[in-house]
Parts: sequence; C-alpha cells; structure tokens
Amino acid sequence: MKELKLMKGNEAIAEAAIRAGADGYFGYPITPQSEVLEYLMAEKPHERTGMIVLQAESEIAAINMVYGGAACGRKVFTSSSSPGISLKQEGLSYIAGAELPCLVVNVVRGGPGLGTIQPAQSDYFQATKGGGHGDYRLIVLAPASVQEMADFVELGFDLAFKYRNPAMILTDGALGQMMEKVWLREHKPRMTEFPAWATTGKTPDRERNIITSLDLDSARQEEFNLKLQAKYNKMGEEEVRYEMTDCDDAEFLLVAYGTSARICQKAVQLARKKGIRAGLLRPITLFPFPKKPLKEMASRLKGILSVEMSTGQMVEDVLLAVNGQVRVEHYGRMGGIIPSPDEIADVLEHKFTGGKNYE
Amino acid sequence: MAKFKGSIVVDKEKCKGCEVCVVACPTNVIGLSREVNGKGFHIAFMENPDACTGCANCAIVCPDGVITVYKKERLSSEKKIKEQK
Amino acid sequence: MNDNLSNADIVKCENLVYKRSPVMTDNVMHYCPGCGHGTAHQIIAEVIEEMDIQAETIGITPVGCAVLMYNYLDIDMQEAAHGRAPALATAVKRLMPEKYVFTYQGDGDLAAIGTAETIHACNRGENIAIFFINNGIYGMTGGQMAPTTLPNMRSSTSPYGRDVEMMGNPLRITELVAQLPGTYYVTRQAVHTPTYVRKTKKAVRRAFENQKLKKGLSLVEIVSNCNSGWKMSPVQANKWMVDNMFPFYPPGDIKLEGKMLSKD
Repeated sequence: MKELKLMKGNEAIAEAAIRAGADGYFGYPITPQSEVLEYLMAEKPHERTGMIVLQAESEIAAINMVYGGAACGRKVFTSSSSPGISLKQEGLSYIAGAELPCLVVNVVRGGPGLGTIQPAQSDYFQATKGGGHGDYRLIVLAPASVQEMADFVELGFDLAFKYRNPAMILTDGALGQMMEKVWLREHKPRMTEFPAWATTGKTPDRERNIITSLDLDSARQEEFNLKLQAKYNKMGEEEVRYEMTDCDDAEFLLVAYGTSARICQKAVQLARKKGIRAGLLRPITLFPFPKKPLKEMASRLKGILSVEMSTGQMVEDVLLAVNGQVRVEHYGRMGGIIPSPDEIADVLEHKFTGGKNYE
Repeated sequence: MAKFKGSIVVDKEKCKGCEVCVVACPTNVIGLSREVNGKGFHIAFMENPDACTGCANCAIVCPDGVITVYKKERLSSEKKIKEQK
Repeated sequence: MNDNLSNADIVKCENLVYKRSPVMTDNVMHYCPGCGHGTAHQIIAEVIEEMDIQAETIGITPVGCAVLMYNYLDIDMQEAAHGRAPALATAVKRLMPEKYVFTYQGDGDLAAIGTAETIHACNRGENIAIFFINNGIYGMTGGQMAPTTLPNMRSSTSPYGRDVEMMGNPLRITELVAQLPGTYYVTRQAVHTPTYVRKTKKAVRRAFENQKLKKGLSLVEIVSNCNSGWKMSPVQANKWMVDNMFPFYPPGDIKLEGKMLSKD
C-alpha cells in the first residue's frame, strides 16, 4: 500500500529499498549517511521481506559483499559518504568490469581527505568519470528532494539491471539529513527468478557461469572495452533525464543538480524580479549527462552559470556540451557551505550583466 | 607378487613431466620418457609395468590430473586351471 | 600366480580405478609443472563430485596464480578482487544459505591484503569454507616476499633472505583465526604425497559437510610449493617444503568441532 510519511532522506532511501524488493544491503557507518544502516537494522527487513542487512568490517568489505551478491543476480546495494566511497572504488571497478548490477548511494560530504561532515558536491568527477581504474562509467542519479531519494532507489536498480552496470545515487549531507514528506510505493515482491548469467549453482542444463573482469587476451579485452563503451553510448541515447524550469524565454541559464538545484529554483525567481530572464536546467542523470538540451539551447542563450557546491566539476561537462557557443561561468561554495538564492542571483547579475559587484 | 596388477594411461599432451608421480610410486613403476611431447616436456610412462599394483598414488598426486589408473585381479594358477575345465 | 595379464587386458572400463573428476574441465592448467594448485583443485572437484553438489556449489577465486581456477572447475565461480574473496563469499552464503560456498586463496591474498576480510569472515562465523594455499611467496607476480615467507628465506624482494628485524615476522594466520569463536574447523594439510592428498581430501570434505551444520567457518590451509618462485625442481621443492616449511607450519588439525586441540 502507498504511504505518506515524514522522513529523513537517508531513511527514505532505506525504506524505499525494502519496498523495491532489495535482497541485501551491506554497509559501514560514516557521517552523514549512517541513518541508512541504522534504519535498516531497526526495521528488520529480514522479517518484512527476507532482505538481509549486514554491517561489514569496512567500506571495502561492504562493496565486495555487494559484488558477491550482485554476481548471484540479487538486488543488492550499499551506501556511504565521500571518504568511504573512495574506498569502494576498487570494488566498483570490478563490478563494472564484471558487468554486474548494483546500487551505491553516496551522501557526499566536503573533502579532500577527511574534509568535513557538511554537505558538498565535490565528488562529481569521481561519480561521473568512472572513479576507479579502467574505462568504465556508473549510471549516476542526482535527487533533489527526499521524494526523489526514495524514487531513485527503484529507478537505480531498474537501470542497473537493464544495463548490467552499477548505478549510483549521488546526493549530499543536506538531502540525507533533511526531513520532508515522501510518498512510499507499495511493496514490490523480491525476485524469485534470477538472470541467466547469475552464479546460483551450475545445473546440468547449462554451462557454468563465471563472473570475472579478467581477460588476459589483448584483442578480447579491447573488444570488451568497446562493448562497454557501446553500452554507455546507448545510455546516452535512452536514459538522459533532466528538468527545465522557466527555460522557454530564458536568456541566462543556471545549471545545477541536487541541493544546488533547489536553491537555484528560488534564484531564478529572484533574478527575474531583477529583470534578468533566467531559467534552470537541472540534470537528473549526471551520467549520462544531458548534453543535447544544453547544446540545443546554447545558441539562443546569453550566458550559462553552473552552480555547484564544489570548485567547479560539472561545469566541465557543461562546457563540453555547449562547445564554445555561449559563455559559461561557474559559481561554487565549498566546505559545507550551501549558497543562498540571493547570492546566486547576485552572481548571475554581476557576471553577465555587470550589475552589483558581488564579492 | 601383488594380488592385483595395475596399469596407468598418461595423457601425453597434458603431462608436464614434473616427476611428482615418479617419486610417489611405491613400486618404482614410472619413469620419464626420453622423447618430449608437443610442449617439450619429458612425460611420465611405465618404465617397469609389471610392478604396477594400480594403487593410484601417482594419479592422486598428479597436479595436472593426467593419469588414469586401471587394475585387475591376478588369477592364481589354481583358478586358471578351474577356468580351463 | 604366474599370469600374463597384458596392458590391454587391464586397461578396460571395468577395471578403472582412478580418473580425473568430471567436475574438472578438459582445459590444460596453466600452472608450472609440479605446482600444488592443480592437486588442490582436483581434490575440491572430487569432493564436489562425491557429495554430488555441483549444482549447489559456488566458488570464489582469488587474485594470484589461482585467479583462473574458474577455467578448471566446472562449477559457477566468481573472481574476486585481491584479498576480498571472503567478503564475496559472505554475501553469497547469506543470500543463498542453502548453497555450498568456498573461497580459494593464496597467502598474499588471504594473509596480507585480505587480512581484514579473512579475520572478520572467520570471526562472524560465516558458514563457508576457506581453502588457503600457503607457498610462502607471491607466485604470480614473480616470487616476492609474502607475509608467510620464512625467516631468512630468499625471495625477489628479500634477495638476501627475510631479515625479520627489518621486514617483520612471518604470520601464522591459521593459528590466529583458530582462536576466533566463529571458526568451527581449522586444519593444516599438504598435497605433495599421496598420504597428504588423502588427508587433505578428508579435510576438504569435512569443510564442505560442516556448512550443513551452520556452526561456523572451516579453514583448510594447504602448505604447498612454488618451485618456480623458489627456483627449484618440483621434487626438490617438495623436499625443501617438508624440511623448511613444515617446522614453521606444522601439518595437522588445529581446531575440531569448535574446540582447540592441545599441543601435546
């Protein structure tokens, strides 16, 4: 049965996973995402749906448990925050190399190193460009509300299984800790049949299944790299998701995802009050990135401002998408500071229309 | 003389001539051939076939699993005579 | 007793005593001549065959020489990152508790990079089997010093012998995990002689059967050779192993049915 609840973003992810028919979660505590593991442990999903939950000895062990579970064709996931996600990169590379589906949630905090426990968007490069070693990509979903935190769990699993590729929910400490009302879907039953490639025991009617990312033959390995690339290209054609606000008559475009996009919604209104015709493009999939709408809009725009809680990472994808057709600027805050709508509207005004000098 | 007589068949192309079977054979049946196989290995063979008892020690210790073992009960002279009758 | 049984009389189906297990594939193993990995693989295959659990067994391979084990055993297998096999096995077993799950790991994989995964899987008492091949060296990468390399033993990264003052002591991880409450059966065996092969097979069988009891983890260490890494012939290597490895890594059961065996 559908249910309306008031929940933290992290809890919404955990509850949504139980309802999406997840088979297993493997986690390790780290601020600001520990509520995922805490909620699941308290909720006893083993009694509700049979889903297993295990606190691993490290993020490395947790992602490798996900690897083993995914190799059995099960719906498995893990969550962590930036430093922990760095530890998971080895496992993610193997999972991508073995072409397995899984879901990873990164509730981003500021870095580098131990950084801060406050929200940030500084893991964009790591999430969208591969993250670990070798040529691979994750499907990256960027929620901007607690509702989307919940919804993207099922979407993430669906895309992961469709493409046999790990999917990541890239969110941040603000969304993880924020409480909002959220509609939770009715329970979806757990899978009872598993993909043909899953290592569930070699029965006499089939060949053995081998899950590996190893191929010592150069020609075959290159062929495999091209196969992965074709898969990513297909995602680019079929899975791009984004949202546009006030873009029809916009002269200036804000590009922002997640928490920044929420702030930019308000900044668009403030800018319009100042007489600046602003719009917002919110990428929902960060990989594949919505290059096409940006490219199409570029020629009729006077400027683009990429707003991120980082020193400027997504702005590089924006630049690539518009390919010099329009001026692109970046505005970012770091260290756990979330920019205010006024601040963004002022920056837009200053950078593109020579308005009030903003420092 | 042992009650059983054995024999081994070595997969010549898969044998790597490691000699582990030679050392493991309790009745010194096995030696390494002078000739080499396709990969250049001297291979295990029954140098002294009459001594083989079919104990399978060589086969279970063979790292490459290339030895198949057979054994058959030897017939005593009495049994043979009976059979002839 | 004077008979004239010819080879042709003996080599017949009805006289078959031993052949390669059908749970082994026909692929030629890539291991060096005389390497114990092949023997250990076959023991596991034979136990799977004898218990008739081919359809219910999932194996996890390591990084190291045995990375390609999945080419040789005709069962479903997963290839783990270096040292992480017990983490994969943990998830596999918890998601499919009715299956038989084993990892196969070398000493670098299990006792160095994967120490945390090994100890915690053991301590949680995962109902899996770990087969641990200890040859005192990193074989695949070319014979570097491992956590198990003996004092004064030469390797490519301890070319003058392992100086324990500088390089630290070898690790008896098997004795260490035997102390943990989650291990149910811990033993050390070898595969260089028929007698040891038979003992190891019993140990492997027990490790599989223990999974039905759900009482914890079984770890079977197999002290083995690396004749290429040790730069010896296979026969010399096995002798060196008995003379040098066995005193430090003595074969025998360490923990049975959850109880430590006393030394005397």
